[in-house]
Amino acid sequence: METQLTLLFFVLVLSIFLGFELISKVPSTLHTPLMSGANAISGITLVGALLASGSGFVSQPLTVLLGTAAVTFATINVVGGYLVTNRMLSMFKKKEAE
Amino acid sequence: MILFEQFNSEIVVNLIYILAAMLFIFGLKMLGSPETARRGNLVSASGMFLAVVVTLLDQSIIDFSFILIGVCIGSLIGFFAATRVKMTAMPEMVALFNGFGGIASLLVGSSEYLVGFDPNSALLIAIYLTVLIGGVTFSGSLIAWAKLSEAISGKPFLYKGQQIVNALLLGFILLSGLEMIFFQGLFTENQFQILGLICLLAFTLGILFVIPIGGADMPVVIALLNSFSGLAACAAGFVILNNVLIVSGALVGASGLILTNIMCKAMNRSLANVLFSGFGAVKDTATGETADQGEVRPVNTADAYLILEAASSVLIVPGYGMAVAQAQHSVRELGELLEANGAEVKYAIHPVAGRMPGHMNVLLAEANVSYDVLVEPGDVNPIMETVDVCMVIGANDVVNPDAKENEDSPIYGMPIIETDRAKTVFVLKRSMASGFAGIQNPLFFKSNTRMLFGDAKESVSNLVAEFKG
Repeated sequence: METQLTLLFFVLVLSIFLGFELISKVPSTLHTPLMSGANAISGITLVGALLASGSGFVSQPLTVLLGTAAVTFATINVVGGYLVTNRMLSMFKKKEAE
Repeated sequence: MILFEQFNSEIVVNLIYILAAMLFIFGLKMLGSPETARRGNLVSASGMFLAVVVTLLDQSIIDFSFILIGVCIGSLIGFFAATRVKMTAMPEMVALFNGFGGIASLLVGSSEYLVGFDPNSALLIAIYLTVLIGGVTFSGSLIAWAKLSEAISGKPFLYKGQQIVNALLLGFILLSGLEMIFFQGLFTENQFQILGLICLLAFTLGILFVIPIGGADMPVVIALLNSFSGLAACAAGFVILNNVLIVSGALVGASGLILTNIMCKAMNRSLANVLFSGFGAVKDTATGETADQGEVRPVNTADAYLILEAASSVLIVPGYGMAVAQAQHSVRELGELLEANGAEVKYAIHPVAGRMPGHMNVLLAEANVSYDVLVEPGDVNPIMETVDVCMVIGANDVVNPDAKENEDSPIYGMPIIETDRAKTVFVLKRSMASGFAGIQNPLFFKSNTRMLFGDAKESVSNLVAEFKG
């Protein structure tokens, strides 16, 4: 348990540094799609929601109900986030050389 | 043998989670350039798909019916929201989605808390943080959404004793955290009560945190809440001991923080100043002085056309006023006509020109403006003297020379687009009313400035007609 937690902390710290490196290179033109794309990624909490929602209603009714609500919200976040990012990015065009 | 198989599948699942995390990282990296951004989004989405599929294979899932219901409802709502939303309403929608991410993490944390597990303080701290951050993100985002969509007033809401209320609330939140982690039965009887109490406190904190902040500062708030939604997912990762949640949550948390920082710099204010001062305070001191700054020089469409026709370089400076007037398409048409006439046309976009970071770029992209003519203030300011005509359309504070010249101005020090140094400046404006910050703009009174009064869309369309005629 302790070693696992330490490892996860290690992952956390490295990911934060990686995040700063990655994002500071994104030009301001793309900041809105970046934000909605990142927003979709934060819907990863869906993974936890799926496990709770599928744990069986008979034995864990409360967990399943909370989990299903979480699945709904996280799916809105994921599906909506990726679709709207794609829609925005499809509008970014460069003028074709004449 | 069974043990061996389980061990094996756990390794496979974790490897696939790592693969998903890698796809998120590559996706974000590809979002760094307009050429690859769309593919980057797809890469990131395939990472999400992979993570979801592998989770569904988990043995602990014994019933798929509820999952199916949740996924179907969520997908439908997400699909309609994403395909219907207007580009001008993008900030509201991102705010709302941030909130949904937050509440989802809160619910995951809550269900883990109530499921009954061996009490272990590390896990309890993680659950406490998930519920707290998720709750603040949710209620804060709802308030941000309401302010942006003008369901409630965008004005900063300040009241007496605000600091005391906030301090008391924070004290309570700390106490309830200790109660949850050590469970002493201090002021609650069971797990349900303590969880409910923490949710309530988190929601209250989110509301009190966003409500004092003015509509003009919402870009900072959305960026910050974006970061929070990532941190909530990250904390949830510690609850279910899952590395992909931690990696992705941390990436989003970092991304939101960087954008928050960029927006604060663009307004020359500290984050603390944005969050705690309420812009109203600045407003009051500013409107008092209406010193006589001389006469403005109006210009009519015909004369403006003659000047534009002779220009060899034109810089368009759009502000949110342009989007409100729905003038993007006319502006793009004018830009194309100017280019056909041999002029070099660029668009200078200030980071706070829209309602969220990069918003103005999206609005112009929607109107088919090529992204390679969109430039940042830092690119155009050094060559401003060579610009023949600067067209300021619906922007005000971001071109106010007081930010450089007048130390008493509330916006002194804010980076601006220095249009006043161009050979000629056209300011398209409905009337002489002041901008967001409610401050006078000396640009309007400079000798090289011409005011083109009227609705931005109408003025630009008239110019287009002159060019065509």
